[in-house]
Amino acid sequence: MLLQNADGQATHPLQGPINFAIMELHNFTRRGARALRLSSLVVGILALGTGHLAGAQDTPLLSGGVGFFTNTPGGNTSAYPVLEPLAAVPVGPHLLIESRAVLLETWSPNGQGGYDHTHFIGLTYLQGDYVASPHLTAVVGSYLLPFGTYNERLSPIWIGNFQDGPLIASLGLLSTGTGLGGQLRGNAISRAKYSIDYATWFSARSANSQFSAERSFGGRSSLYLPEQRLEVGLSYDRSLQNTQENFYGMHVWWEPKDTNFRLRSEFARGHHPQGYWIEADYRTAAFGGLDSFVGRFEPLFRMQQTFRRDTIVSDGLPLVNTQRADFGLNYNLPHNVRILTSYTRQFSSSSNENIWETGIVYRFLFPAWRGK
Amino acid sequence: MTIRVKHLVPGLLMLAAIGTAVISPRPGYTQSTPPSGSQPQVKQYKSPKGAQTEDEGQRVFAQNCSRCHNAPESFSPRISGTIVRHMRVRANLSEHDVQVLLRFLNP
Repeated sequence: MLLQNADGQATHPLQGPINFAIMELHNFTRRGARALRLSSLVVGILALGTGHLAGAQDTPLLSGGVGFFTNTPGGNTSAYPVLEPLAAVPVGPHLLIESRAVLLETWSPNGQGGYDHTHFIGLTYLQGDYVASPHLTAVVGSYLLPFGTYNERLSPIWIGNFQDGPLIASLGLLSTGTGLGGQLRGNAISRAKYSIDYATWFSARSANSQFSAERSFGGRSSLYLPEQRLEVGLSYDRSLQNTQENFYGMHVWWEPKDTNFRLRSEFARGHHPQGYWIEADYRTAAFGGLDSFVGRFEPLFRMQQTFRRDTIVSDGLPLVNTQRADFGLNYNLPHNVRILTSYTRQFSSSSNENIWETGIVYRFLFPAWRGK
Repeated sequence: MTIRVKHLVPGLLMLAAIGTAVISPRPGYTQSTPPSGSQPQVKQYKSPKGAQTEDEGQRVFAQNCSRCHNAPESFSPRISGTIVRHMRVRANLSEHDVQVLLRFLNP
């Protein structure tokens, strides 16, 4: 896989919110002109949406995050300025067109005392959502695969607690993390004590540089208990090209009521590897509330392990069994700015490693049009 | 393992914060005092008959939005409908939750 060397170590340390962008960067090197054409397409869609405003609150929006990260594995520091914009354009009462892109610059040591510089521009997804009924939404286009929780929920740079994603983040995401085709999803049952949602998809094979995807199908379903603030979900998908493989996933999220504590965990299994991660974060309101100096601190801890049945490469996981403990401390500044810091100790049979990470992220959100 | 001295500072800060979180008594956190960033400031006024809806909207917001991310500090009411549409798809919100959330963001 693209994120590993022969020893099973990540060749690019930034596996997180922009990990798939990095993978794309290695895959495709000449996409600037296409990206420009696609950006023109997005602008056109924005114009379309502004002409069909459905209501006073349905103005197209621009959101996203801009950040600067540093990553230091084994004493070598790389720097990554990132811009991750998101556009959402409602068209009429039932249709929403949304897209997210990433613009990434990378400066990494070249081993000769200098730095190599690369840049990448690409669409993360571009999809149309049609709300067909209260329980069914049809999604068409290039979409994030709803396998597990990380890809859809935690991968934006303004959401993820850690700069880098879990080691198993690529497991079940079929190389690119996106599908090209259709998706049916929605809330199947919603009661006061529980709710069940679902998402299922079929993706065609595509070698297009902006919309690359594997032929596959899969789905995810979750049970949420609002009184307990507990969510349990199962995921499954199958690659339908080349060596056909099944992937299984399970996630458990828990936010104890009346606390500011969050516990998230996920397990995934493929034909060759399996692994899990558990992440906890907490903010205290004991010293003047959450907006106080102390309350803005957010200590984090994440434990993760990966296990290999063999060394056949069909995913992005390390080629040897790996254990990793991440200790983080974020600070939530006013005006939607967050500072992220973390220290990671990774243990594996090939080598042990310290990874230091720092970053700052600003999240923006504003109307894309003056509106009515 | 070699740890640089400059790396000890954030590490000690982190340990101090964890210790503070663990040993300090849990605050009397209630729905009326949501965590920072969990309730965006978009409301222009409070509906006199909408108190119950607001409570329910706050509950829906806390259960579905804050589960994944901190809410932005504020945003324009003109995009609240677009945000709810986006979250309807991303979070698989029910029709009821969508309506409650819309009323909560636009009382």
